[in-house]
Amino acid sequence: MIITLDKIAFTRSGDKGAHSNVGVIFKSAEIYEWAKSNITSELVKKHFKEIVKGDVIRYELPNLNAFNFILHDSLGGGGSGSLLNDAQGKTHGQAMLLMEVDVPNDILDQMND
Amino acid sequence: MIRIANGQGFWGDSVDAPFNLIEYGKIDYLTLDYLAEVTLSIMQRQKLKNPDFGYASDFIHLVDRCSGQLIKNNIKIITNAGGANPDSCRNKLLDVVGENIKIGVIKGDDIVDRIHKINADGISFENLDTGQSFEIIKDKICSANVYIDSFSIARALEKEAQIVLAGRVSDPGLALGPMIHEFNWGNNDFNKLAAGTLAGHITECGAQCTGGNYTDWSSVPNMSNIGYPIIDINENGKFSIVKPENTGGLINKFTISEQILYEMGNPEKYISPDVCVDFTSFKLNDLGNNRVEIDGVRGFESTDTYKVSVSYFDGYKASGQLTISGPNARLKAKLAADVIWNRLKAAGCTYDDTLTEYLGLSSCHGSINDEPESMNEIVLRLSVKDDNKEKVNRFGKEIAPLITSGPPGVTGFAGGRPKAQEIISYWPTLIPKELVKTEVDVK
Repeated sequence: MIITLDKIAFTRSGDKGAHSNVGVIFKSAEIYEWAKSNITSELVKKHFKEIVKGDVIRYELPNLNAFNFILHDSLGGGGSGSLLNDAQGKTHGQAMLLMEVDVPNDILDQMND
Repeated sequence: MIRIANGQGFWGDSVDAPFNLIEYGKIDYLTLDYLAEVTLSIMQRQKLKNPDFGYASDFIHLVDRCSGQLIKNNIKIITNAGGANPDSCRNKLLDVVGENIKIGVIKGDDIVDRIHKINADGISFENLDTGQSFEIIKDKICSANVYIDSFSIARALEKEAQIVLAGRVSDPGLALGPMIHEFNWGNNDFNKLAAGTLAGHITECGAQCTGGNYTDWSSVPNMSNIGYPIIDINENGKFSIVKPENTGGLINKFTISEQILYEMGNPEKYISPDVCVDFTSFKLNDLGNNRVEIDGVRGFESTDTYKVSVSYFDGYKASGQLTISGPNARLKAKLAADVIWNRLKAAGCTYDDTLTEYLGLSSCHGSINDEPESMNEIVLRLSVKDDNKEKVNRFGKEIAPLITSGPPGVTGFAGGRPKAQEIISYWPTLIPKELVKTEVDVK
């Protein structure tokens, strides 16, 4: 079923110099396992194509069923020199939640049990 | 078991939160973080104007308000409120509390007066993120502070300081210092130091781990009385995050996990001055009733360098806003922007960087959102950046005229002409640990 990421995950974002990071915490271990091969750096880069000028890197935190994405060069230079309304990437986590993904129904059912 | 609360995530955070923790938190220690990355540059400037200034004055007001309770409840405060001038901060505090409270000052983080000498002696100070050469900023430095280790905080506590005033220490270190002191942790107790650092990382942004900024915001009860976080930790480094009774907010495995990931880089190697923490190592148990327990944190030896936060003057910027309402708001906003940029161009003003944003439509997420068919109103935000202050101020004069010489339905020009603001940029770099000597002075 095609859903937006907010149905299966929590997010939080902030700045790391000129880059932002988006933490994505999945609501169950099954979804995290599925996400390992489906919520890729490439997919995130494509979703944020207007915002991220550099690469996207994904780190895994299996203990939290979570990924940490680093969005390189996504803050108009970052810091106090950035002209962006959201110069610190505080809202990038919310943008991530809008991403559409196709999740197998049985994994969604398990989450809701 | 000791209880360490954090009542301040940044300069400008709630003024009541620390007071409430002192009064109702049943805590042993209170940490207060007043320093963002470039706050120290503002404080350096205040100190240049007046050698008695250059610290977080909010902290003086707090101690003035609650010194009686601090003494009665025997609560110790660890804070970076000393900023660029911890000595003056202490003098001001002594005016307020007299001899009733012992105050420790930690010095040695401020290297602004000797950074050029150290550089001349062979330390390159290249930008940690970009690799750029120090030469670019050498003549424009406003402040330079080392993130020093937490053992200096513990030393101040050993000398019986009730308030420990630091300048730049690592944010989690404010919480780690008292643990080192209470539990006698050594600099090779990597797993324990890592646990304390993780605990401090979770609480360093105040209510951001107790339901603030939480994805599932509608499930957070009584946000208006949100409780600030408290660490319950034992000598083995096992800890829980809780909040005072009868407060709002929410602590569960997701509010804590979100904050663990906040401003995170490589989770397997979170580098602090005291230890490297592996954020993939531990177990997190949601015990219900707003209590999450963390155990099994692993750490390993830190690097042989300290991080240095250098700030430097980086030109000027200004932003101006107008609200555009009525039929075709989107099209009128676009026209308004074109008119302003064309007029500036005709006046001979071009800039190093400019930006046009449409608040309400796309400023945060670009085209990730679908464009709505129509909009009731839209805020146009224009910004420029340049080394030439005159040109930046010229931009500020071009916003208001649009109300009478542009499309209809334009309002919201308030607060006067936008003026050129100095840009103080941040330059992270490294310094060998042996070049930094810290001093602890308690009286």
